[in-house]
Amino acid sequence: MVGKLLLRGMLVGLVAGILAFAFARVYGEPQVDKAIAFEEQQAQAAGEAPEPEMVSRATQAGIGLATGVLVYGAALGGLFSLVFAYAYGRLGSLGPRGTSALLALLGFLAVIVVPSLKYPANPPAVGNPETIAYRTELFFIMIAVSIATMVAAVGLAQRLWVRLGAWNASIVAGLAFLLVFALVKAALPDINEVPENFSATVLWQFRVASLGIQLVLWTVVGLGFGAVAERVVAVRDQRGPARRYA
Amino acid sequence: MSDTTFAPSYGPVAIPVRELLPWAIFAGLMLMLMIYFVGAEEGATSLIRGTAVHEFVHDGRHLLGFPCH
Repeated sequence: MVGKLLLRGMLVGLVAGILAFAFARVYGEPQVDKAIAFEEQQAQAAGEAPEPEMVSRATQAGIGLATGVLVYGAALGGLFSLVFAYAYGRLGSLGPRGTSALLALLGFLAVIVVPSLKYPANPPAVGNPETIAYRTELFFIMIAVSIATMVAAVGLAQRLWVRLGAWNASIVAGLAFLLVFALVKAALPDINEVPENFSATVLWQFRVASLGIQLVLWTVVGLGFGAVAERVVAVRDQRGPARRYA
Repeated sequence: MSDTTFAPSYGPVAIPVRELLPWAIFAGLMLMLMIYFVGAEEGATSLIRGTAVHEFVHDGRHLLGFPCH
């Protein structure tokens, strides 16, 4: 059962990865190229020797990008299927498609949107190599805190469900999530390593493209997985809990 | 046909945690390792020497939002 869901999740993630790669290729790569051009121009102006290319730009923007996004997509789909396997049947009476869509929406908010409001994606040329360990640490702390807060908020909504009704319970939980996020955002240190004369347009478009790639991934996984999971869970649902191991 | 019922339940049935746990632990770890290699290997930490992995997935790492360089 879980194995079947996992395999399907990874396959849907792979499909999402292919679409996200196409999106990244069209909307992301031009911004990466502009950022690298800026980086080289800065290095030249400073009289530094150009960095030796270990992997060509064509490889990085082609098979390299595809590998990165596809592996990420498959892993995302797999992890998503595991969370689904736990959440299904535990989120009220939501069916497989509804559970999958809701999880993807909450996941996209908790894993991508909220952390990126604090630590947004950065193109090449932005970021001091000496602070990479520090930035990576903060990045993952932010994601972990955001996920934990989302899980707590869903728990809160379920607890208030009977007393306030679904609509109001969700609003209270949403406000609680925002309050915690505001506190965490204020508590964690800011990072701004954008060079003084870096193009604001390139930075904005890069970040929108980055968010767009994630939106493609999570939308395809959320809608696609619900459809393929339906057949897997249907067998069990019709048997009912008493016949679980039949 | 003793298991035939006149009012079958079609509601969602949760998967018991003990059935889910081994998958969550082993597959979960493997999947997170995959994300680690795309997102963070040869950046803040390094399991493999050199920068080949970093350079190969470079664009994906930037565009997926991971800190890079």
